[in-house]
Amino acid sequence: MKKFALALILSFLPLPLLAASGEKSCGLIDCYEFKADLSDRASLQRGAAVFVNYCQGCHSAMYSRYERVATDLGIPLDLAEQNLIFDDTKIGDLMDNAMPKPLSKKWFGATPPDLTLVARARGGDWLYTYLLTFYIDDKRPWGVNNRVFKDVGMPHVLLELQGVQRCLPGEDPVREPCAVLEHFPDSGALTADEYRQTIGDLTNFMVYMSEPAALVRYRIGLYVLLFLAFFLVFAWLLNREYWKDVH
Amino acid sequence: MGKMLVGLRDWVDERLPITKAWNTHMGQYYAPKNLNFWYFFGVLSLLVLVNQLLTGIWLTMMYVPNVEQAFASVEYIMRDVEYGWLIRYMHSTGASAFFAVVYLHMYRGLLYGSYQKPRELIWVFGMLIYLALMAEGFLGYVLPWGQMSYWGAQVIVSLFGAIPVVGDSIMEWVRGDYLISGITLNRFFALHVVAVPIILLALVLLHILALHHVGSNNPDGVEIKKLKDVNGIPLDGIRFHPYYTVHDIVGVILFLFVFCSIIFFLPEAGGYFLEHANFEEANPLKTPAHIAPVWYYAPFYAMLRAVTYPFFGIDAKFWGLVVMGGAVAILFVLPWLDRSPVKSWRYKGSKSKAAIYLFTVAFLILSYLGTLPTTPGRTTVAQIFTVVYFAFFFLMPWYTSAEKTKPVPERVTMK
Repeated sequence: MKKFALALILSFLPLPLLAASGEKSCGLIDCYEFKADLSDRASLQRGAAVFVNYCQGCHSAMYSRYERVATDLGIPLDLAEQNLIFDDTKIGDLMDNAMPKPLSKKWFGATPPDLTLVARARGGDWLYTYLLTFYIDDKRPWGVNNRVFKDVGMPHVLLELQGVQRCLPGEDPVREPCAVLEHFPDSGALTADEYRQTIGDLTNFMVYMSEPAALVRYRIGLYVLLFLAFFLVFAWLLNREYWKDVH
Repeated sequence: MGKMLVGLRDWVDERLPITKAWNTHMGQYYAPKNLNFWYFFGVLSLLVLVNQLLTGIWLTMMYVPNVEQAFASVEYIMRDVEYGWLIRYMHSTGASAFFAVVYLHMYRGLLYGSYQKPRELIWVFGMLIYLALMAEGFLGYVLPWGQMSYWGAQVIVSLFGAIPVVGDSIMEWVRGDYLISGITLNRFFALHVVAVPIILLALVLLHILALHHVGSNNPDGVEIKKLKDVNGIPLDGIRFHPYYTVHDIVGVILFLFVFCSIIFFLPEAGGYFLEHANFEEANPLKTPAHIAPVWYYAPFYAMLRAVTYPFFGIDAKFWGLVVMGGAVAILFVLPWLDRSPVKSWRYKGSKSKAAIYLFTVAFLILSYLGTLPTTPGRTTVAQIFTVVYFAFFFLMPWYTSAEKTKPVPERVTMK
């Protein structure tokens, strides 16, 4: 059996050859690394603020509720009502928005997608990279393009914060028309580091929003596994007691 | 109190043979005493089945089988229902766990020849369970109404379209519509929560009744009923309860350890248990770039795609369907393909061992390929291993009878 298992394992060593593919993880580039930290409440709260102020005008989050977000993030309900809700929506309501979908399709070429689950569909890395890689492009209707999502219909909503980036060609301009992003200093309200931090907070919040259960399941899971480990000891002893006379 | 319970038992016993049933299936069911690690997966399948039934019942209390609300109702369960996320993850992880333990259970049968005479019917019932399980998994995957639910169903149902002449009509009949729609969702819901579970339960019952009639096989493939003591109890047998019940508790906890680790720490399993694209609501106008089946269908999907040549002028897709169906169907006749005088691979010859090894490699590599987008290189590899897969079965009558087997001991061995 051991030899068999070893032979099996060795048989799969060449498998990575099959996996090799030329695709990049984030559109034309590889994703920047992003690690969500759901224990960082301050970051999640800042992210929520950015989300309702900059994203939610066009994008709904219609599976998520304000009250749930406020409770999970430790925001007092009255504060949440004053700062996260801008119309007469109730705190227990879903985080929808008022943009008429047929019109938004006309304006942007596609209806801005709901963002509740986008972090689970695309991944935090993707979102983080996407939000950092807008650059000016005169050929696009909103004057910007994106390195992750080519010819995206979305304008660079955070332009006032980030400022302007442009794309510089690589050594071979035909193959690499856009190899490096160059940032115009002082063109935005935030420094490059501050902007990166803001996008990190926003992505962190969106990762939380895609699965609020992630806040509790690790803690509960730990107790479940501890219980099972404890139970295992007694089950094993019981089993040994019964089987000790069986030869 | 004790007297009252005994009285109650006797009262029932006169009317319904509960003591007899207990003894037949637990207290005086003699199982070989040398059952090893591989024998946990039967009881684990039962455990997961119960898990699926219970969590499934609770999910139907909150899920809405309606195109407008299906996706939102799943998110409602994940967010607004108390511990809804836990019930849902138990069910979604349970689906994968079900296939994992069933595959290992089947593989055990393959290694130790548990399908051989007199256990052919157990194997056939088991295969019917597996078939029902594949249907159940497919139907259930459509219900969350995500992109993969929709497009996966689209791909699978459209396979029927490859059947010459009647294909289109069958496709319409299955969907109840010209495309996957609300009608399809509703009927899949009905089949998933009522029809197939009833069939599954009935088959599981038959599987266990047949098993307890002939008795369990064991890693040595020795018939323990051949040697009995003066009381007619197999010398190598041991009462299922309490010996195997206490033994199985250990296996169950070890399994739950892995199962709960996934539920609580890795519910998506990197996109293999819950596919990323399924977190986007179904959109009939937007085809995903890469439609991948869930891992447990992957080997058969890889075989389906491996057929690229339109034999006899009929679409290659049709032959892919034939190969895929054949890959499952051929498992049914396994008991009649194995001509070996011994059951367990422990005593089979080197040809059988090599065949099992190649089969294992082929199955795992096809599983892996089934989850990836195709490239010409991958298709070639899939074709090679599809041939290996079928060769394992087609050549079995030859290599199992043409080899020299080792002598099987009289009694079971405890290694």
